[in-house]
Amino acid sequence: MTQTELQRIPVRDTTKPILTVRDLQVEYKIGRGTCGAVNHVSFDIYPNEIFGLAGESGSGKSTIAHAITRLLKPPGYIKGGSIKFMDYDLMQMDAESLRDFRWRHLSIVSQSAMNALNPVLTVGDQIIDAIVAHEEIKKEKAQNRALDLLQLVGIDKERINSYPHQLSGGMRQRAVIAIALALNPELIILDEPTTALDVVVQRQIMEEIQSLQQRFGFSILYITHDMSLLVEFAHRIAIMYAGQIAEVGPSNQIFQNPKHPYTVRLMNSFPSISGPRKKLQSIPGSPPNLISPPSGCRFHPRCELAFEECLIINPKLVKVGQNHHAACLLIQEERSS
Amino acid sequence: MNQLGQPILEARQLTKHFHAGSVMSRKIIRAAQDVSLSLYCGKVTALVGESGSGKSTTARMLVRLYEPTSGQIIFKGENVLKSRSRPAMLRYRSDVQMIFQDPFSSLNPVHTIRHHLKRPLILHKRVSSKSELEYSLGDLLNRVSLTPVHDFIDKYPHQLSGGQRQRVAIARALAVEPEVILADEPISMLDVSIRMGILNLMESLRDEQNIAFLYVTHDLASARYFSDQILVMYAGYMVEGGPSEELIQEPLHPYTKMLLSAVPDPSRGLLTRSDVEAKGEVPSLAAAITGCPFAPRCDRVMPECRVENPPVFQVSEDRWTRCYLYK
Repeated sequence: MTQTELQRIPVRDTTKPILTVRDLQVEYKIGRGTCGAVNHVSFDIYPNEIFGLAGESGSGKSTIAHAITRLLKPPGYIKGGSIKFMDYDLMQMDAESLRDFRWRHLSIVSQSAMNALNPVLTVGDQIIDAIVAHEEIKKEKAQNRALDLLQLVGIDKERINSYPHQLSGGMRQRAVIAIALALNPELIILDEPTTALDVVVQRQIMEEIQSLQQRFGFSILYITHDMSLLVEFAHRIAIMYAGQIAEVGPSNQIFQNPKHPYTVRLMNSFPSISGPRKKLQSIPGSPPNLISPPSGCRFHPRCELAFEECLIINPKLVKVGQNHHAACLLIQEERSS
Repeated sequence: MNQLGQPILEARQLTKHFHAGSVMSRKIIRAAQDVSLSLYCGKVTALVGESGSGKSTTARMLVRLYEPTSGQIIFKGENVLKSRSRPAMLRYRSDVQMIFQDPFSSLNPVHTIRHHLKRPLILHKRVSSKSELEYSLGDLLNRVSLTPVHDFIDKYPHQLSGGQRQRVAIARALAVEPEVILADEPISMLDVSIRMGILNLMESLRDEQNIAFLYVTHDLASARYFSDQILVMYAGYMVEGGPSEELIQEPLHPYTKMLLSAVPDPSRGLLTRSDVEAKGEVPSLAAAITGCPFAPRCDRVMPECRVENPPVFQVSEDRWTRCYLYK
């Protein structure tokens, strides 16, 4: 297998979403109660797109990743909604076809994935394992592809026989990304891929991922709490709050022209390395307990603009601009365009 | 730098070597080498670097959790490393307090907030009666904005959010009325929406109580926001220092430039390749390094860089760097 064989020309219709999530509801059973971690979430990811999912811890972003890959473990379960991937209905798939589907079409690099490598197998063996588990392929060919993959993610070929402990954190994370790329999936879910890494290594890896994405044309669902990195990296962003999407739109719109009071406060709560040095404020209070979420809009206890109706009505996403939606009662739907 | 007055706490050529490995394969980890810094009342000094750069080691030496291999720690003009008696240690530790990164593990899960705040008050003999104790407890929680007090005082750490726990840790540090607080990554484990609350709280303590802060962080953007001066560490060495805004706007050392260009910046828009390429990795601290530790990654490396580690060059009145480019 050579580099050119790995390369695939994306001849996909970029107007048709590759992943469609509708009304997704995920709950965790805790004692006698249930925790509604994801509450009626809908979004699309298009081919060639980097879609960012942002939110604080407990906002449900990782749960969504696990629901999409159907890797959710009890006490978590999908209560309702649909997940469609191209023409497949992921909700209807049985375990066997899911196993085949994952990795080939959809792979996930989870949080601290660098610790997901098996310590007693070499990096090369682990990549080869992933390939031969999904494809009828000679070990020799798989070995060659593993070498190509390592090179793609910026690891020396000689490292193929290294054990995970012989690699630095950044290298291990690269190796995991190589495994995720092994079968050329259409969608890669990156769940906080660089959180445990230093900022220089983080930049190296994000640039690497970006150039791979541009070259192979896969889509990325990028999950993080690091707003500044996300705005820089993603094409579109959904801001999650307490299991719901508060706002979704193009990243420059979300950054420069946020509409939802939560997004507005969030964008004003992290310092920047450039521009004027201004006084920043955190958002008062803390995210709600999802076992007994607040009535109405889930953000109302922390919102300084809240009024009576916010306590009763849970707002729906309404259009506020081109491809830009926000869920707040203060927002009048934009009827034109 | 003289407009800052006399430093309250000073480190002079601090070095810390850890011994690692078995008897057969002795290794020395050179965690911090030749580290000098000064902290001033009512000022925040940020110590910035990647993991393994020696910034936490430096903070831990300053609070005397680690005994330095060599060097001096001068507190109010006195070398504190000379006196190892219990009363002297007790006094130093009430003057110099530390806040840790993880508010989930720095508080004892089986004790209430009252217990956490009571202990320093009693151990350091800050109160003499029960009513005084109650007053001090209330006052401490008020100062870190955990109000109404009775909502928090008898809670256990697990009943509080991360931000609230970090506020308890700050209140505990304040209990002994310290003059210096060393904060080791105090916001990096907290959610984005509440980080600024903690930084703003520390900022008001700096301004209102004239406390000297050492802010240890890997996050240059928050260092720029919170600190008055920034010191950059790399591979155990201090490589550059100066007033925060100047250093951010006009970095001198090639490592600082690389670090700055690696910081995510939303106003840059979709990942634009920065002018400085982020390449290579931090060297192992177990191997002896000849020359400048940054030389293998530096795009402006010169022959002399590989021979000897550069000394500190004073570039202007308040800027200095450890790089031959500024000889």
